[in-house]
Formats: sequence, C-alpha cells, structure tokens
Amino acid sequence: MTTTKPRLRFSRKLLAIPYALFLLVFVVAPLFIIIYYAFTNGDTGKLSFENFQNFFSGTAGQSFFESSRFKTIVQSFGISIASTLLCLLIAYPVAYIIAHSGLKNQMGLLLLFIVPMWVNFVLRINALKELLSWIGIYNKSDEWNIFNTILGMVYDFLPFMILPIYTTISKIDKSYLEAARDLGAGGVSAFIKVTLPLSKAGIMSGISMVFLPSMTNYVVSNYMTFNHTKIIGAFIDECFRNDHWNLGSVTALLLLTLMFVITWLTGGFNTESDTQSRGTSLW
Amino acid sequence: MVIFRKILKWGFIGLVLLFIYAPILLLTVYSFNEAETITDWGKFSWTHYEYFFNPENQPLPIVFQTICLALVVASLSTLLATVGAIGIFYSKRRVGTVLSGANQIPVINAEVVTAISLAFLFVAFQLPKSSFIPLIVGQMVLCTPFVVLSIIPKLKQMDNNLYEAALDLGASPTRALFSVVIPQISPGIVSGFMLAITLSLDDYIIAAYTKPNTFQTISTHIYSLAKGSTVEMIKSSYWALTAIIFVAIVVVVIVMNVLASKKAGKKQ
Repeated sequence: MTTTKPRLRFSRKLLAIPYALFLLVFVVAPLFIIIYYAFTNGDTGKLSFENFQNFFSGTAGQSFFESSRFKTIVQSFGISIASTLLCLLIAYPVAYIIAHSGLKNQMGLLLLFIVPMWVNFVLRINALKELLSWIGIYNKSDEWNIFNTILGMVYDFLPFMILPIYTTISKIDKSYLEAARDLGAGGVSAFIKVTLPLSKAGIMSGISMVFLPSMTNYVVSNYMTFNHTKIIGAFIDECFRNDHWNLGSVTALLLLTLMFVITWLTGGFNTESDTQSRGTSLW
Repeated sequence: MVIFRKILKWGFIGLVLLFIYAPILLLTVYSFNEAETITDWGKFSWTHYEYFFNPENQPLPIVFQTICLALVVASLSTLLATVGAIGIFYSKRRVGTVLSGANQIPVINAEVVTAISLAFLFVAFQLPKSSFIPLIVGQMVLCTPFVVLSIIPKLKQMDNNLYEAALDLGASPTRALFSVVIPQISPGIVSGFMLAITLSLDDYIIAAYTKPNTFQTISTHIYSLAKGSTVEMIKSSYWALTAIIFVAIVVVVIVMNVLASKKAGKKQ
C-alpha cells in the first residue's frame, strides 16, 4: 500500500504529457521554423541576415522610409493605436455604466454586447461592409478606407475590451469609493484616484487583446477597403502566397517580438488573473 | 441634473448597441429584399432564402461541412484540453508554469503568425494537399488553449479532499478521476467545448492557411466571394444565413434567460 500511493500521484502528472507534446510540436516548434526561415538565405539555406537587410531596404531606388513597406508599417501602427484607443474610449464608459447601474441583471445587459460575437466573424465584417456601402462611404477614398478599417477593428474587437474592464470594475469594493467620498474626494477625483487605478488590470488585458489583432487581422482591412489599405498582417499573407517565405518570416518574427513586449508590458503571461485570456469570459 | 445624467448614460449605451447591431439588422432586413445589392430596395421576397436552402447551391453544403469541422475540432480540443488541464494542475509548479506559458502563446499571438508557422510546419511534414490533418490540428492549436483556460479555474475551485476521500474509500485513481474530478470540472469542460465550437466556426485565418484546396468553410467561402466578381446571388444568399444565425442566437439567449429567471424564481 505504501508503495502505490506515490505512484498514483505520479500518474496524474503524467496526464500533462500529451498536451505538452502537442504544444511542443504544434506551437513551439513552428515558431522555431519561423526563426529558421528568418535567419537563412532562401537559396542556399545558410545562416544570413540578408532577409533583415531586405526587409529594411527600400525598393526600386527608394530608401526604406519612402517605400511602400514603411507606409504599411506606419499605417498598421496608426490603425492599431487608433482602434485600441477608440475601443477603450467606448468600452470603459460602457463597462463603468453597467457596473454602476445598480441593475440586478447586469450580465443580461452585458450579454447584449456579446451576442453579435456569435455570428460568424466574416459574416459580421461582411455585414458592416454592406452597412458602409448602404451609407455610401465604402471604398470612397484612401482616407475613408483607413477610417473604415479602424471602424471594422473596433466593431470586431470591442467586446474583448468591454469584458475584462467590466470584470475588474465590478470587483472593486464599493467601500473604497465611499471612503474616498467621506474623505472629501469629489466624484471625478474619486474616479481618478480609486476606480481608474483599480481597473488598470482590465484595461491592460483589453489592450493586449485589441492592439495586436488590429495590426494583423488582414481580413478586416482587406474586406473593409476592397484590398486598398494594407496592414502588416496583409503583408505577411502576401509574402506567404508569393513564396517570399524568408521575408514573411522576418515580418512574423518582428511581430512575435512585439507580441512578447506587449504581453510583458500588459502582464499577459500572468495566468493567475482571471481577466486574462480573450474570449474565455464569453461563456 | 440627475435625469440629464441618466439620459446621457443610457443614450451612450444605446448608441454603442446601435453601432453593434446596425450592420446585422440591416442585413436581416435586406435578406428579404428581391435585389442582390444593398443599395437598391426591390420588393419583399424569399429568393435569398430559397437560394440558400437549395442543397444544389453551394452555401448549404458548406455550412454543413463547417459545422462538422467545428464539432470534430471542438471534441478533440476538449479531450486534449481536459486531460492537459488536469495534468498541468497536478504537475510541479515549475512545469505547470512553463506549460501555462506555452498555452498562452496561441492566445496572444497574432493569428496570421500562428497560421504561417503552422503552414511551414506542415510543408516540412510533406503532407498531401488534400489532407485534413493540417486544418484540424491548426484549429486545435487555436481552440485547445482556450478550453484549458476555461477548465483550470474549475480545478482550482475544486475541493481536493473529495479525490483523496474517494481513494481512501477504495476507488482506483482512474475511477476517482472520472467520478470525482471530472464531474466537478464539467461546467468548465462544457463552456470550453462551446467556446471551441464558436472559435472554429469563426476562424478564417488558420483555415485559409491549412485547409485542403477544395475544401471551404463559411468564412473562407465568403472571403473568396468578396475578392472576385462572382455571381451576386451567392453573396446575397449569405445575408439569409446572417439573419438566420442572428435570430437563432437571439431566441437561444431569450430562452436561456427565461429559464434562468424561472429557476431563480423557484429558489426564492
């Protein structure tokens, strides 16, 4: 009997092996293939930094800063920053109002914001496109295209911003606010000094769920602009389809680095907090 | 002043909801339109629905195979994730941290990067282009981490003494796992499964990189239609699908809410 008990504990741990192998082969190994392609020469397969030079060099006599690639990068960052800020500006008040509404059925109200997410993503984007052409601003000019892309990103990712922020705001102990008010803080300063700092985790988690996708989800940008506005995700897709795997890998590697930086800044690897993980709170 | 603030608050909520629902509602209305473009209103008609429900046209079989794919992917992901989550939960702290970290990668990584890395991997494996393995595995990479994330909290809430008690009462570890641990984490498993279905149904990017050439999901099909100058009728028949899905979801949500409030009412 004494020998079997340690063995039993051991057997439960063993259950992690299949998933560990799965992660190793299908998540970690593919990332190393990207690194391999990024650092090797396309023809000879030898180690080189050629791809990085190619990435950061202009085409046809232009410098990098004049090239269309630079424009794509700047545009992506612009679209992504604007989409994230807009999501935040819309999501925070929504989450705040719901959390402070005093309604019994807050989840029901919150559900109203999530329900459209259960319609297929491409169908949804298609619906937004049809709405824009109905209004008459679809594919009208470059400026409208950028605006429409941002609109598409916000439309698609807004719930991912609302949910974590709502979760953190609704968990704030109301007595903190009362204490702030008792100590003489006005409504605004109580908000800035109590609610806002305490909901920071939700904001960060929301940003981490919106920022990178709105830089890379080329389905939205291609769909909303009839392929006229290019973002980094579309560039990677193009590289892959045209067999420029090395260049595509360099871009993917830069995005991967960016992902780790953002995740580190927003604390996304901290799996302890339950506001993390986009979508799990959808159910 | 209070009333003014109330109007401002709920007005804002209303505007955001309008923004979220306007596109789908517009398509729902126009799905009953005879014309095939959104800019002109013909007569009321069922043509889009007739086209959509005719099995000889493309949309219906594609919807069917997309649902089948989602069920396969979600089942496999849930199985893998349930076993994996239990394993992660009981492994040593350091191992658990590494595995949870790796589990986060597909969650936060840009989908196109995940997709391209998987495409490279499957090219290296030299699988035939008609193989479904890349598509199924690819979507599993997308879904499984989310299922793990919905099961882990349930494991943390679980009363660990019950498992020990089952062992003390003579149950084998396997038996104890199935009749004590699994029932306690089943809400997490179910919600993870549902989440996996929605993720698979929603996915465009992974599918575009890993699917067999001749296979289409709803997402890839609509996207391919948007590019070319294909027959408008196919495009507009998907408006009917949008309307159907939307109405179905609304009905399900209402029924669930009514049932939940009835339950709550009984308890009171």
